[in-house]
Amino acid sequence: MINGIAWGSIYALIALGYTMVYGVLRLINFAHGDVYMVGAFAGFYAVKWLGLAQEPTIFGAVAVFLLSMGCCGILGFVIERGAYKPLRKAPRLTALITAIGVSLFLENAGQLIFGADPKFFPQIIAKKDVISSGGIILTNQQVIVLGVSLLLMVSLQLFVLKTKTGKAMRAVSFNREAASLMGISVDRIISITFVLGSALAAAAAILVALTNPKIEPLMGIMPGIKAFVAAVLGGIGNIPGAMLGGMIMGIAEVMVVGYLSSTYRDAIAFAILILILLFKPSGLLGGFTGEKA
Amino acid sequence: MQFKKIIFIILVLGFLLLVNYYVPRRMNPYLFQILILIGINIILAVSLNLINGFTGQFSIGHAGFMAIGGYTSAFFTFYFGRNLVPSLTSILLFPWLAKSVIFVSALILGGTLAALAGLIVGIPSLRLKGDYLAIATLGFGEIIRVLILNIDAVGGARGFADIPGYTNLFWVLFFMLVTVVVIRNLINSTHGRAFLSVREDEVAAEAMGINTTYYKVYAFVIGAFFAGIAGGLFGHYLMYLHTNSFTFMRSIEIIIMVVLGGMGSITGSILAAIIFTILPEFLRVVKDYRMVMYSLILIILMLTRPQGIFGLKEFSLLTIRNIFVRKEQVAK
Amino acid sequence: MSLLEIKSCSMHFGGLKAVEGLDMSLEKGELVGLIGPNGAGKTTLFNLITGVYYPTAGEIIFQDKKLNGKKPYQITSYGIGRTFQNIRLFQNLSVLDNVKTACHLHSKEGMFSSVLRSKRFEEEENELAGRSMNLLKIFGLDLLKEEKASNLPYGQQRRLEIARAMATEPKLLLLDEPTAGMNPHETQDLTNLIREVKRNFELTILLIEHDMRVVMGCCERIVVLDYGVKIAEGPPEKIKKDPKVIEAYLGEEMT
Repeated sequence: MINGIAWGSIYALIALGYTMVYGVLRLINFAHGDVYMVGAFAGFYAVKWLGLAQEPTIFGAVAVFLLSMGCCGILGFVIERGAYKPLRKAPRLTALITAIGVSLFLENAGQLIFGADPKFFPQIIAKKDVISSGGIILTNQQVIVLGVSLLLMVSLQLFVLKTKTGKAMRAVSFNREAASLMGISVDRIISITFVLGSALAAAAAILVALTNPKIEPLMGIMPGIKAFVAAVLGGIGNIPGAMLGGMIMGIAEVMVVGYLSSTYRDAIAFAILILILLFKPSGLLGGFTGEKA
Repeated sequence: MQFKKIIFIILVLGFLLLVNYYVPRRMNPYLFQILILIGINIILAVSLNLINGFTGQFSIGHAGFMAIGGYTSAFFTFYFGRNLVPSLTSILLFPWLAKSVIFVSALILGGTLAALAGLIVGIPSLRLKGDYLAIATLGFGEIIRVLILNIDAVGGARGFADIPGYTNLFWVLFFMLVTVVVIRNLINSTHGRAFLSVREDEVAAEAMGINTTYYKVYAFVIGAFFAGIAGGLFGHYLMYLHTNSFTFMRSIEIIIMVVLGGMGSITGSILAAIIFTILPEFLRVVKDYRMVMYSLILIILMLTRPQGIFGLKEFSLLTIRNIFVRKEQVAK
Repeated sequence: MSLLEIKSCSMHFGGLKAVEGLDMSLEKGELVGLIGPNGAGKTTLFNLITGVYYPTAGEIIFQDKKLNGKKPYQITSYGIGRTFQNIRLFQNLSVLDNVKTACHLHSKEGMFSSVLRSKRFEEEENELAGRSMNLLKIFGLDLLKEEKASNLPYGQQRRLEIARAMATEPKLLLLDEPTAGMNPHETQDLTNLIREVKRNFELTILLIEHDMRVVMGCCERIVVLDYGVKIAEGPPEKIKKDPKVIEAYLGEEMT
């Protein structure tokens, strides 16, 4: 159960990136899962560079987080400017294919640069049991995963609701043209959205690496797809929805593995997806969108 | 008229048989394999174009239909077909004829089951639009894959081995022609115009008396049928099936062909299927950089030709002539 | 028996009452104008008749058939054709194909005969093309048949929309602002054309129009809506003088 919540919050963090980008661009950013992968590797090299593998410190861990988030933020910016911006006015499918192209590019470039075989993320925070009573074991790593993701989600929510940029972001997702008429620099807002979303994916990657240290260039595909399902589940374009969706996904998966069989682990995501699409296509927290004649 | 048509068909079949006899003997096996894959990819791309390009739906689960067709027909030939060959031969006299009958019925069975799945997937499409439909079809494809992975009779995670190798160039070209002709003829009929009207404007289509839900499901069923056939050809060519051949990437590859060829252009799909089957092979030259190059080419193509190579247009000798005529007029 | 009968029909969107308790009927062969200020519920009424929306209350009866809950394509098959306020042509199809597409209901092409290109299919296809060309000729679009619909100038797009609606062989034709955005000359041409088509095809027409000259000039009867409620009904002369109508249009010019 706790494991499920931990995975859930990871999915939620990645899902936020999908949801935010979908909100402002109406684009399923397929490359997002791969940004997450790059985040893990950026963290890996940051640890090496800072020499943290030998002597883990809290300060060092924070530095790794920030470095990796920064790297991915820049990557997100470059992807948006290079590949998506020229296609603002093109048909949606074109942008989607381009996103897939970017995704393929990151995966394969990753295999070239990082090597195709898995690497092991060093323990930057030693594992300790914080609570272990009555069959419930809570490790400090799980506490960190939960704490950090909660912190990030809450600050994102505050950012979107309270700051001027956040308001502009909501305006752009509501109606891009009207927003630009109100003097909002749409391009800037879209870039900021990508940077934020990518940075969150990087944070998620480091958190995952704490508990599942195996990292490889193709690691982004499955969590990417599942986080995307989580975003749809919660109502795509909806930030609290993405959090809720992520949690449900994480818990459902752990339950399926526990009670059924681990081969169905990946299928459950899609079963949930199809059910939700059939019965409430706008997602749990999504508004109604109908077409007018 | 009808007589001429029959003669024409017989000539085409004869030509295919000749090709089937000579080409494998003259061509090196590597190129031959590419040729077979091109044929299969054309079936996939053209059938997906019916759903995505002509009807304007958004399916990214084509590999799922392909998997159903492939596994169903392989299951049939593996468990029943092979044992039927001797007894059928005694009726039909020739072993090759018996094998052909079994193979074609296996393919049609696979196609039919895929079509049935298309019907099931088509039903959510009544409610879902655009991106949501895309996600649902993606989910469908993945579920199919995971389910097959858990069926032991078709090998599960080990893969399905020892499938009889019935696929040859004749059948690939034959079904490729059938797919192209059927879909082309369908498009140029009242049914085809109904597909197009759904893509163009659903509300207006309904107001013109077109049952749009029916036509959406119809497109899914036909598209899935041919994808199923393609799956069958694929399985009986490799003589081995594994669910890894039907991941979501496979669907994406087919979409790439459709989009780059031009949504709503059959000739575009055919050309793109050829290009995108050959391209990865050419890129073997750059070895490790192969897939990086592939994805870069893809991105660059999308940025420079967002409408696809042909857009909505069909390409024919007439088009070439028109281009020249227009140039002459400009020159004057 | 009236051709179309609307009985205490209402349409509510949440708290908004777009149409409220509307009673109205159309006799065979009439040309009725539907007017009212912006947001009066005119287009909503069209959408109710054609099944785009299902009324929240009341019923709509066309030739003894209840239309409530029927799908738009079914209603079209009963003989109601329509055009749209914001032109909804099949943009990427040719002018001829736009009309041919609308012949769908009356085409007997089967799937197999289409695929096999049987003789019957060819005949049917020729017949369809002939019928479509006829309509294009009437609407003066026959020379543009190969043109892409989106390339037509605005006025011709409106004409094509009517031609397309005619291809469904309607008994009742609903026209939503057919002359919107046209200059006076084009408007006059189209008004004459509508009258001519109505006579030749024995149509009944319900027309939403903002141009009062058109409405007053060609409609036999006018229904006025305001805030979803019928406030007046009668021949043009009576409507012109109706104090309620004048009030509703206060500030708007009446010519």
